[in-house]
Amino acid sequence: MLNERVICAGFGGQGVMLMGQLISYAGMIEGKEVSWLPSYGPEMRGGTANCSVMVSERPIGSPVITDDATVAIVMNLPSLDKFERDIISGGKLLINSSLIDKKASRSDVTAYYVPANEIAVDLGNPRVANMVMLGAFLELTKTVSVDAVMKALKKVFGDSKAHLMAINEEAMNRGAEIIKG
Amino acid sequence: MAKVLMKGNEAIGAAAIKAGCKYFFGYPITPQNELPEYMSKEMPKVGGVFLQAESEVAAINMVYGAAGAGARVMTSSSSPGIALKQEGITYIAGAELPCVIVNIVRGGPGLGGIQPAQSDYNQVTRGGGNGDYKLLVYAPANLQEMVDLMQEAFDAADYYRNPVMMVGDGMIGQMMEPIEFKESVSRFELPLKDWATTGTKGQRKPNIINSLALDPAELEKHNIHLQEKYSAMKENEVKYEAYNLENAEVVIVAYGTTSRIVRNAIIDLKEQGINVGLIRPITLWPFPEKAFDLIPSDCKAVLSVEMSMGQMIDDIKIAVNGRYPVHFYGRSGGMIPTPEGVMNKVKELVGGAK
Repeated sequence: MLNERVICAGFGGQGVMLMGQLISYAGMIEGKEVSWLPSYGPEMRGGTANCSVMVSERPIGSPVITDDATVAIVMNLPSLDKFERDIISGGKLLINSSLIDKKASRSDVTAYYVPANEIAVDLGNPRVANMVMLGAFLELTKTVSVDAVMKALKKVFGDSKAHLMAINEEAMNRGAEIIKG
Repeated sequence: MAKVLMKGNEAIGAAAIKAGCKYFFGYPITPQNELPEYMSKEMPKVGGVFLQAESEVAAINMVYGAAGAGARVMTSSSSPGIALKQEGITYIAGAELPCVIVNIVRGGPGLGGIQPAQSDYNQVTRGGGNGDYKLLVYAPANLQEMVDLMQEAFDAADYYRNPVMMVGDGMIGQMMEPIEFKESVSRFELPLKDWATTGTKGQRKPNIINSLALDPAELEKHNIHLQEKYSAMKENEVKYEAYNLENAEVVIVAYGTTSRIVRNAIIDLKEQGINVGLIRPITLWPFPEKAFDLIPSDCKAVLSVEMSMGQMIDDIKIAVNGRYPVHFYGRSGGMIPTPEGVMNKVKELVGGAK
């Protein structure tokens, strides 16, 4: 039964909050139970940001992820150091290898390395690095469909940013390709 | 209506506007800032008023004024800000005016921190200000419940002519969940606000709104009248959820987001052969004392789980009235209890793992 508990983490401006919101939004569109809980503590003032996302078939109890994340998506090194330990044994770790030189230190977790920033720059917009990671996550877990994420993105962007839909979709595809290999 | 994904603080604002709130006065404080921000954007669209006051004290007195004029009015803040509003709240309760106050609780005492807490339990249920008064206090556990209760909060405030408090912790304010804004029919028959100071137009005697009564006999009469009102609230407004009480070895009492963490622990404990029930107060005042009559007689212990150092436990002891031993597990200062922590405490109470 679907019960994903996802941590999205990075520094402010990398779009980790949006990444989490899109997963939640898409889950809601698909009729799943979802929750999104941001960090808003003093650490945010220091520039790091993270959110906890739940997508489940069952009503969601606690929206808090303590040490039971099924997936962690880390966009920078401090996030890897902080959240690697919070993944369950057998869980998945998505690492932005453009900014993180280190490898995963746990052997009971499967790590996937996605050069998100390089791909984003290649696509012509460094700001879509989060969407590359999101595409990899979706391909890997199938938590929600790319279709539903696109619907969610359309809502979030509105008319004024409609022209950015294509590059975001392309970024997700490129992320997915990394997983497909 | 279709579901929307919204942040708790914004959902409170949307639900309040839907419930007919036309005036909002507040002063910024984390972790509730998205609520006034939302109101500043949305109130003008419905012909309402948003005003950022110069202080919490000013904001609550603006609420006092607008409520006196018969308007649907709300303010919001977080713990230390709510502490500053207490003078105004007791005046509003004394003058018998309706309003809704939102408290998105953070860790204390003093300025404390900005992370979620439930350490304002005593402040919200014991008055907080001076004199014999009570607030009707709702403590929803998820955003849908909070949105559903907002209409009721405004209606109950008008019906009883009393301030109503909506309590959430930082988590409720900050998190996003799908919400459906349902059409609801008020269960109250709301009387005309013929007491409001809306101008006499020379047609009637002036209405006077006041909380000063220097004649002791008069003031006692007023207090007896207020108590009758509070008795009616105790009779009619109690809300709670009882979950898995049948054959429960231990019954946990928890509210708000803490109850969600507890629920996870209960499911995990069941898999380990330990049956635990939950009493979840939805109104903190009036406290759901009758729910405790549902506890099975061979229950070993009642456990209060709170994001505080133990405040609700006093009300639990009153409700339990010596029938079961009452224990406490809590975290404070913005630390959030884990299902594991709750489970360990339960196992300690039932005498180790099975």
